[in-house]
Amino acid sequence: MSSTAQAVHHEEHHQSFFERWFMSTNHKDIGTLYLSFSFLMLFVGGSFAMLIRAELFEPGLQLMQPYFFNELTGMHGLVMIFGVIMPSFVGLANWMIPMQIGAPDMALPRLNNLSFWILPFAFVLLLSTFFMPGGAPAAGWTMYPPLVLQGGESIAFMIFAIHLMGISSILGSINIIATILNLRAPGLDLLKMPMFCWSWLITSFLVIAVMPVLAGAVTMMLFDRFFGTNFFNAAGGGDPVMYQHVFWFFGHPEVYIMILPAFGVISEIVPTFSRKPLFGYKAMVYAIACIAFLSFIVWSHHMFTVGLPLGAEVFFMYSTMLIAVPTGVKIFNWVTTMWRGSLSFEVPMLWAIAFIVLFTIGGFSGVMMALVPADFQYNQTYFIVAHFHYVLVGGALFSIIGAVYYWLPKWSGRMYSNFWAKLHFWSSVISVNVLFFPQHFLGLAGMPRRIPDYNVAFADWNMVSSIGGFWFGATQLIFVGVVIHCVFFSKQKAAARVWEHAYGLEWTLPSPAPHHSFTVPPVIDDSQLAHGDVSH
Amino acid sequence: MSQPDANVYYVPHKSRWPIIATIGMFMFMLGAANWLNGHDTAGQVILAAGALTIIGMMVGWFGNVIRESMKGTFNSQVDTSFRMGMTWFIFSEVFFFAAFFGALFYIRTFTVPWLGGMGDKGALTNGFIWQGFSATWPTNGPDAVGGSFISTSPWGIPLINTLLLLSSSVTVTIAHHALRAGKRKPLIGFLGLTILLGATFLGLQAHEYWESYVHLNMTLHSGIYGATFYILTGFHGLHVTLGTIMLIVMWLRCARGHFNREHHFAFEAVAWYWHFVDVIWLCLFLFVYIL
Amino acid sequence: MAAAANPVPWQMNLGKGATTVSREIWDLHMAALWVCVALGVIVFGAMFIAIFRFRRSKGAVAATWSHNTLLEVCWTIVPILILVGLALPATLLTRKLYNTSGAQMTVKVTGYQWLWRYDYISYEGKPVTGVKPIFSRLAWNSNAARQLDSGINPDSIVSRDGYHDYLLNVTHPLVIPAGVKVRFLITGGDVIHGWWVPDFAAKRDAIPGIMNDAWAKVDKPGIYRGQCYVLCGQDHSAMPVVVKVVPRDQFNAWLSAQEQPATLDRAARTAQVGPRKPAPAKG
Ligand code: HEA
Ligand code: HEA
Ligand code: CUA
Ligand SMILES: [Cu+2]
Repeated sequence: MSSTAQAVHHEEHHQSFFERWFMSTNHKDIGTLYLSFSFLMLFVGGSFAMLIRAELFEPGLQLMQPYFFNELTGMHGLVMIFGVIMPSFVGLANWMIPMQIGAPDMALPRLNNLSFWILPFAFVLLLSTFFMPGGAPAAGWTMYPPLVLQGGESIAFMIFAIHLMGISSILGSINIIATILNLRAPGLDLLKMPMFCWSWLITSFLVIAVMPVLAGAVTMMLFDRFFGTNFFNAAGGGDPVMYQHVFWFFGHPEVYIMILPAFGVISEIVPTFSRKPLFGYKAMVYAIACIAFLSFIVWSHHMFTVGLPLGAEVFFMYSTMLIAVPTGVKIFNWVTTMWRGSLSFEVPMLWAIAFIVLFTIGGFSGVMMALVPADFQYNQTYFIVAHFHYVLVGGALFSIIGAVYYWLPKWSGRMYSNFWAKLHFWSSVISVNVLFFPQHFLGLAGMPRRIPDYNVAFADWNMVSSIGGFWFGATQLIFVGVVIHCVFFSKQKAAARVWEHAYGLEWTLPSPAPHHSFTVPPVIDDSQLAHGDVSH
Repeated sequence: MSQPDANVYYVPHKSRWPIIATIGMFMFMLGAANWLNGHDTAGQVILAAGALTIIGMMVGWFGNVIRESMKGTFNSQVDTSFRMGMTWFIFSEVFFFAAFFGALFYIRTFTVPWLGGMGDKGALTNGFIWQGFSATWPTNGPDAVGGSFISTSPWGIPLINTLLLLSSSVTVTIAHHALRAGKRKPLIGFLGLTILLGATFLGLQAHEYWESYVHLNMTLHSGIYGATFYILTGFHGLHVTLGTIMLIVMWLRCARGHFNREHHFAFEAVAWYWHFVDVIWLCLFLFVYIL
Repeated sequence: MAAAANPVPWQMNLGKGATTVSREIWDLHMAALWVCVALGVIVFGAMFIAIFRFRRSKGAVAATWSHNTLLEVCWTIVPILILVGLALPATLLTRKLYNTSGAQMTVKVTGYQWLWRYDYISYEGKPVTGVKPIFSRLAWNSNAARQLDSGINPDSIVSRDGYHDYLLNVTHPLVIPAGVKVRFLITGGDVIHGWWVPDFAAKRDAIPGIMNDAWAKVDKPGIYRGQCYVLCGQDHSAMPVVVKVVPRDQFNAWLSAQEQPATLDRAARTAQVGPRKPAPAKG
């Protein structure tokens, strides 16, 4: 390595703890910060979920007042979405994108540090509302007015926290776009990039386009509450439904923001353990682009029962159903990548396979809900709760865990315990179904969401679901153990190319990866690219 | 000036500014939230401390980047990164305004006609809830929230303001050309003129707000018209203010000779921003004032 | 009067409901479900065959191909065709759901925190005069049992017909005649609520200041239960919708017994439901 690299290494050893973690300009350290933060938040949001499941264990109120239950539900959603899924994908992007495109770091390293550090502060603002007069916001993560405006002191804190999270993710995404477009090693054309980079390039675009819209929505809310405007009040010519349109114009692309990077991760893992190039690389890229485009014109499928004009219902039904087509292309291509491969089932592959199955199940219920008349029966029931946990837990979260198992040896230079990782997997994949599958039945039987108490007819499946919930939650403690053991105690060193058939520039670097990934641009060898075959 | 090596990537050193920035932003938000909730003193103090921290951070951070830039630390790749950063930032701003324009369009196309009785849904809504209300624009809604008001005519101050902003876009472009041609005098002059135009715009808008509040009874409380009017023009005005401050900084830097014919990205970024603010105003003029 | 198709323990599927529309929705739901099951069998089946046949541990050697245009075109077009097949009936059914014309009766439904108010507006082409609005709150026995640590077993709340109606019973249900197309005008009095009777497939958000409508024609008399489905604050789980459908002649008799001098009617029709500014929260 060149002398610059050594100088850089030198610097690494001489920095204090504070300098390293608070003043960092290093994509790996910042990636680690993001991942650790979201890990912590998973346990915060997860413990809210455990409380929710505990109260729903049987009918009648046992643990908390209904208002507190509503606080938990909304905060669980906000924490999981903005505190877990989004930051952990940004953390993965931070770690992997520079390594996958042959760059030394992110394009704007100082901005990168800013993007991260906004988050803990935003969550301090948000979570502190639990201790305020009037409690935390209790109108769900969708924060519909007029209900949300009845909240106490928390409203202003919630709105500003959302502004901060928005700034954080916009800056993060600007950085990712600039990195991908500007820092690729010479010869690494866009259509030779690993799928993970592609998925993030398009996701960043979505983030930059919709986070400001959310900011706009909550800003109007702020004005209605504190400055006497009438945006959401029909008596003044406004409309509560207008909020919902603005919110879902953000909200629907948001759910794809949480799944497209997952698609990227799966497209990395599946070819590696199939020992076969990714099937239909270009189609995969176009499918992501297509999904991203469509995600802007489907938002009202969350509002089928608000009384939209008939034409709008039908339009949004069609556009929503259309998304199944490019998504199907992705599923079929993964399966075909496995077809006639030479498969082995290391831990990351197990999570990827579970992802494909669980996400598809969630997607199917999505398509059912896209049918307007049917959605009239599903809307705001547990059927929807089941849908989005299949795509968010079985989809997004599983892909993140799979990505951690895939790249952790590269990050830490050590191997984790296969036994415990497999136990974690099997326990998770069984319990997650015990947890969320019965929620389909509850929804179909007519149980609305966001209720702390229910009729006795719903008791049995709720109990099953709660048992699955505690089981799934407890299982995640294994994950903590595996990760801590691997990073701090494992004696088993990882090779540079951790997985036999893993291709892509990140595997040409030693494990653990050096402080600055590539100080001079690497030479690109097409056969080393993750999907191997870039001619199609 | 030493030229950076084009073949070696540039990575900046540790920086204390990001963490200071987040602390500043946090205090700012914390203060604002407390103030809004009626904890006036605490809120104002924290807010002011946050604002000062942010200003100090800006001076420090940008000062840092300026020094690096003048030392020639940045290669063309870094320059491109900066450009992309600014471009996508402006892109995000476009969508911020799009949210408010979207709100306005939705209200005008759907809500107000429904409240006024248009179509099947409107017939019910109007007939059962808001009898006697007929859809007009501007409106403060069926309850005439905020009392009767008069909206400002587009052909007075708003028209003048349109002309001011349009010409300021021209003057900033002239200044840019002067910079590229290495002509200092027209650069300083036209940039100064741009600032003057921007400041005049702000002055006139302040006057317009004052008029509306005091004489026309057109306030934030004036139903949906007042709400959309002030949120759109207000956030635009805020952006003009920021833009003007940025122009002033550029003027000072030009006066100090920070830029040369090739290297003046900061100037260009501010010019882009200024054009963006200008385009938003044209949309405002059309959709808020005229239509 | 038998309870129609209220939720039962271990229920796993949508009920067929009690209206033609609800049955058609049930058919659509089942069609979509079977399509998904079939697709699932194909996709997961293929994947599991791959998992078992192409294992490295069984000596499988990886092929090197990575595209096949024909295949890719196929699995773009076939899903589109399937979706069109689902979209067509769904579109026709949506139009039906939206078609409130020809209703013989109109009832205004207003959601409040936390009760429903029902006003009879018109019946058989004539305005209904003088019938007092019905205020429909959670039944008292449910209300007592639902308090934190009430010590009352929810299972012990049983209605006269033997249905365990915890949180699904009200003080005064809405009464409508059987075999009559009823149009519901739905709005909210403070925040957004949602009025839904699953068996009718009648469901609309109750939005303050805006009027929505839905309809149902129920042939079989009975008691039909639903719930408020839009989060509306702390007692969102405690504002059930209960509709009592009675034979037409019985309803007519009931209605004329209710009718009083005309003066009250205007009050019901014009009852102000528009929200004023939300009340500031109490600390
Ligand atoms: C990661 C997040 C994620 C993802 C990826 C999706 C994906 C989809 N979602 Fe989901 N959705 C949510 C998160 C997500 N959703 C959340 C959080 C909510 C609730 C928000 C709230 O109210 O709080 C929600 C709610 C929601 C609703 C609103 C329901 C209601 O409130 O009444 C609808 C309605 O149409 C919907 C539809 C869909 C569809 C059609 C897809 C499609 O993209 C799915 C496409 C995938 C497949 C179809 C499977 C694979 C395809 C094939 C194998 C091809 C062949 C298939 C066919 C031909 C059918 N979603
Ligand atoms: C984005 C991702 C995401 C994730 C990962 C999860 C994860 C989980 N969610 Fe949820 N959820 C949402 C997003 C997510 N959720 C959203 C958006 C909503 C809608 C909110 C709204 O209505 O506004 C929602 C709503 C929601 C509801 C409906 C609430 C209601 O309508 O009232 C329920 C109920 O069961 C639920 C449960 C769970 C459970 C059990 C998990 C589990 O997977 C969590 C597992 C993780 C842990 C448990 C880690 C913590 C572990 C410990 C603390 C160890 C100790 C534990 C034990 C020993 C048991 N979630
Ligand atoms: Cu009323 Cu929920
Ligand atoms: Cu959606």
